[in-house]
Amino acid sequence: MSAQTIDSQGNALTYATIERDAGLRAALDMTRPDIIDAVSQSGLKGRGGAGFPTGMKWNFCAAEKGDLKYIICNADEGEPGTFKDRVILSRFADLVLEGMTIGGRAIGATLGIVYLRAEYTYLRPHLNEVIKERRKRGVLGTSIMGVEGFDFDIIVAMGAGAYVCGEETALIESLEGFRGEPRNRPPFPAVAGLLNNPTVVNNVETLASVAAIFAKGVDWFKAFGTDKSTGYKLFSVSGDCEKPGVYEFPWGITVAALLEEVGGEGAKAVQIGGASGVCVPAREFARRLAFEDIPTGGSVMVIGPQRDMLDVAENFLEFFVEESCGQCTPCRLGNPQMLKAVKLLKEGACPPKFLADVKALGQTMMVASKCGLGQTSPSAFLSILEHFGDEIHDRAPSA
Amino acid sequence: MVAPQTEELRVEIAGLVDKLGPGRSSLIPILQDIKHRHRELDSETMQVVAEMLDIHPVEVYSVASFYAFLHGAPQGAHVIRLCGTLSCDFAGKDAVADALCDELGIGFGETTADGQVTLEWASCIGMCDQGPALLVDDEVRTRVTPDDARAIVAACRADEGRADA
Repeated sequence: MSAQTIDSQGNALTYATIERDAGLRAALDMTRPDIIDAVSQSGLKGRGGAGFPTGMKWNFCAAEKGDLKYIICNADEGEPGTFKDRVILSRFADLVLEGMTIGGRAIGATLGIVYLRAEYTYLRPHLNEVIKERRKRGVLGTSIMGVEGFDFDIIVAMGAGAYVCGEETALIESLEGFRGEPRNRPPFPAVAGLLNNPTVVNNVETLASVAAIFAKGVDWFKAFGTDKSTGYKLFSVSGDCEKPGVYEFPWGITVAALLEEVGGEGAKAVQIGGASGVCVPAREFARRLAFEDIPTGGSVMVIGPQRDMLDVAENFLEFFVEESCGQCTPCRLGNPQMLKAVKLLKEGACPPKFLADVKALGQTMMVASKCGLGQTSPSAFLSILEHFGDEIHDRAPSA
Repeated sequence: MVAPQTEELRVEIAGLVDKLGPGRSSLIPILQDIKHRHRELDSETMQVVAEMLDIHPVEVYSVASFYAFLHGAPQGAHVIRLCGTLSCDFAGKDAVADALCDELGIGFGETTADGQVTLEWASCIGMCDQGPALLVDDEVRTRVTPDDARAIVAACRADEGRADA
């Protein structure tokens, strides 16, 4: 099969202006602790959605003893409404691999693994071509850029169709040949990850940002965004708007300003963060996309005035019922109950007692589920119940 | 006495174990390879894989049944996976789904009687800005109309191999 890459519309992306290899060259002039310090100073937080400080993650892993360490690029982009990693891998794969190489240098890893979701199998030939070309250019392999003793290579491993494998410990289980069931933490992957070795797992966009930070400097990066959310972010915008696509904005942009850019001003709500995110109603469009207000991996689904919010909740809950790994009880049994409540509400036949029970169950799922999937799966439904109560409860019972 | 097809299967799996290594980490790549070529993972195959990786067969079944792209049931020569998630829903996936079912004469999760096409739902395939979207085997199709869907089915019917084989 020929290499297929798929682009999207949107605005101009900073990644297009980053000179290839410039970041790696700059990083290789620094000591390992200085590399990690620069990442910490930049304030970079994980771009996959959880927002963990990247420098801290690298520091934990670097501090571990052991000759065998790994850096994994999480390209299991499965959050509904998210497609920026597909665009980054299609257009800027070099920057992602460069970020991995810088990370490998910093933590002392010799192997990087790109865990690519099965639905993106068409991107694999492209990634393998870029990896091959990097080896040829001496920016992967042995004595990279002439630095004696810096050996690092990258391979691509394929997912097999499971949303939960975007969770880093489930991803590691999958790489080890097991069901993608999240592990108990601690120990964290930075201490005991792939095959029990210290492992860093970073999102595609996080790694591309690392390459940009080293190419352009920490101060340059920090000039974007807010104090607590430094830099810029890619947003995957879809749904009821005129210009869906991948957009780059500095952190801190309001929902209203984003909607104006994409032609979605008439929206009655925006689902931010995908199925596991929150539903923001129009009266809250002055809120900001930032870790200190609405944190997100970048999924923005615009919901027009014509849509039924219960259809939205139903779609997400069907997704979670399908994608729950089934390991822990709150998630496995809770999501079908939530879905049942939505279906009853649609028929105007949900007993108030059952709805109250399901709301309480949602709270339980948020605290008692083992991983992020179960903990976040009730969010959309609960926020829809909170903000669109009139629309939901005024429904006449179906005949 | 060992049936000839079993012997062939053993040789094939032994070749994969040689290539990918005998460790547990090889399990999913081995299953992916077999599923890709044979369109199914039957119980005999899973037992041979288990034996060669020195793990219990139920471990193999447990992994195969966990992943959407590995499940054991036989699939057609082509697999069409229509994205069912919200943005593709807004973009009109129901009309595409109806056209696919109508043209194929089957429902989701089913395979045509001639073994040519399997139809499945997919969770978000990351084409939300260009929906409705679907995968034909490993290739993406975007902004699919019901007419496109009918044409995709016709192309799958006319072609015996996988689009990516």
